Amino acid sequence: MSDVLVVAEHRQDSLRDVSFELVTAGRNLADEMDGTLDVAVISGAVESFAEALSLDGVDRIHTVDYGDEFNHDVYTQAVTQLHDAVDPTVLLLPNSVNGLDYAPAVATRLGLPYVSDTVDVEWDGEGVVTVREQFGGKVETVVGVDDDAAVVSVRPGAYAPADTDGTASVVAFDAEIETDAVLTDVRGFEEVAGGDVDITEADVLVSVGRGIEDEENLDLIFDLAEALDATVSASRPVVDDGWLDKGRQVGQSGKVVTPDVYLAIGISGAVQHVAGMKGAETIVAVNTDPNAPIFDIADYGVVDDLFDVVPELIEQLG
Amino acid sequence: MKVLVTAKQVATVDDDDFEVGVDGVDEQFLEYDLNEWDEYAVESGVSFAEECDDDVEVVSVTIGPEQTEETIRMVLAKGVDRAIRVWDDALDEDALRDVETKAALLEAVAERESPDLVLTGVQASDDGLGATGVALAATMDVAWAAVANDVEIDADAETVHARRELEGGLEEVTDVALPAVLTIQTGINEPRYASLRGIRQAQRKEILPLGLDDLDVDATQLKRRLSVKSTRVPETTSTATLFEGEADETATDLAEMLRDEGVTAE
Ligand SMILES: Cc1cc2nc3c(=O)[nH]c(=O)nc-3n(C[C@H](O)[C@H](O)[C@H](O)COP(=O)(O)OP(=O)(O)OC[C@H]3O[C@@H](n4cnc5c(N)ncnc54)[C@H](O)[C@@H]3O)c2cc1C
Repeated sequence: MSDVLVVAEHRQDSLRDVSFELVTAGRNLADEMDGTLDVAVISGAVESFAEALSLDGVDRIHTVDYGDEFNHDVYTQAVTQLHDAVDPTVLLLPNSVNGLDYAPAVATRLGLPYVSDTVDVEWDGEGVVTVREQFGGKVETVVGVDDDAAVVSVRPGAYAPADTDGTASVVAFDAEIETDAVLTDVRGFEEVAGGDVDITEADVLVSVGRGIEDEENLDLIFDLAEALDATVSASRPVVDDGWLDKGRQVGQSGKVVTPDVYLAIGISGAVQHVAGMKGAETIVAVNTDPNAPIFDIADYGVVDDLFDVVPELIEQLG
Repeated sequence: MKVLVTAKQVATVDDDDFEVGVDGVDEQFLEYDLNEWDEYAVESGVSFAEECDDDVEVVSVTIGPEQTEETIRMVLAKGVDRAIRVWDDALDEDALRDVETKAALLEAVAERESPDLVLTGVQASDDGLGATGVALAATMDVAWAAVANDVEIDADAETVHARRELEGGLEEVTDVALPAVLTIQTGINEPRYASLRGIRQAQRKEILPLGLDDLDVDATQLKRRLSVKSTRVPETTSTATLFEGEADETATDLAEMLRDEGVTAE
């Protein structure tokens, strides 16, 4: 019996940041429960991963030495079996792309309630209480779980990574993977082609979002970029629509950029976008919606219509 | 071959000054539309059917009250052959928040329809749960792949060659055995606009309403384990300097600020 079980995530021989963030979330929660924190690591170089995960506040690490990279069928089976053995009150999983690919299946197999993409997980003495966002971050809801146990996924970046060494014990867990139930064949990875510009090299980025409405209006953005000697980047919808190539996409599934100045024009500031630009030195936002989350991280802002502000700005810079 | 596509009608908050109650945003501030991710799932299904010479039937399923039929007609106008709408008075918000409830309902629909492939969106833009497709696959006990941004269906080999969009511009190349559930990522295709002809045809297509009894779903299969304790507009952590005034004034402030930052073309 344990209180919190965290499942780490890794790819191409490295643990991903979210693993260390989950340790912080898990330890906080375990403290509130006066309890223990277990961490599991599945596939890949489990021995060395376990060493890196032996962090302050981690009580035990379970290693499942099976295969190299993530396969959701293997993870689902291994985590379900581990859950039976460890019997945690809360199972904490990452709300990463791979988390999206196995966490709901684990909850289903275990018959447990599932709360996804939480930005805060707490124990109120009786049950799990989480905070999650709705409507792209415009609204926050406090969601409680009415059950004895729960599966909760945590948004990457929501917690600071744990980094103090600890002395966890490491136990090998002998998961019985039923190969007939492995219905997906993960063949490998491929890097998405880059495109003609490297937005990660730019000192100044003029970044355009769905607020631009129409492909033809992009001229306005390129004119502004020219006036600032800047490079044009974009949020996902502009790339999805095929108006700009994938190499210009900023965010979780695009590029991570750290320019001196990042102008977000008609971009709401969704978490997957912010993941790619929060490291910019100075962030400037132009958006009609004063509640847009982009203003939470902006240094300067104008709450107004981009079609009024941007032409004026071009003129003034000209 | 048969493709089942899930299509959710989502709410969007379309007012800057919306108000929230305990359970969520007040109804009067909400507008309704087809979920962005589902648009791409619908397009995947319809374009696959068009590419195949033998007949592929594309059926959509929506869980929602009668008012969702407006959204369902849009889906039919884009080329889906017929639609199923699941609703029952027993389906309150608490039940629909628990993904196991949705998975049970959709599984019952899948049982009825026996699709070879189920397409869902990665997530719904309103509550962003991102769980329905994979939970459904696990409930149906079939294969799945989440966050697919490329899908090639090889019906003869009973396999889908898919790519999963990972973080940082990396993709996972995956083969998935049919039958399967795929959750579709935006950008995978170019969702079409409904043509006038499509809109006319949609009026004649079937929207079959199904309740719990029709689906043989027991009220005890409806779980309600997640409860919303409060809803709030997040406290802004903004420390931004906001420039105010007419556009020419704010543009002047912006230009000055940018010059101070050392940003100019000269
Ligand atoms: C797995 C996954 C990965 C993702 N990866 C990425 C990623 O890498 N990068 C990314 O960007 N997104 C990513 N997303 C999508 C993300 O969730 C958002 O949907 C997206 O970032 C929204 O882009 P946006 O801000 O341009 O559009 P919206 O959220 O629609 O915002 C448009 C903004 O423009 C404003 N606006 C409208 N008209 C005007 C006007 N005339 N003047 C001024 N402002 C105006 C609006 O107020 C609004 O705030 C991902 C999602 C998922 C599920």
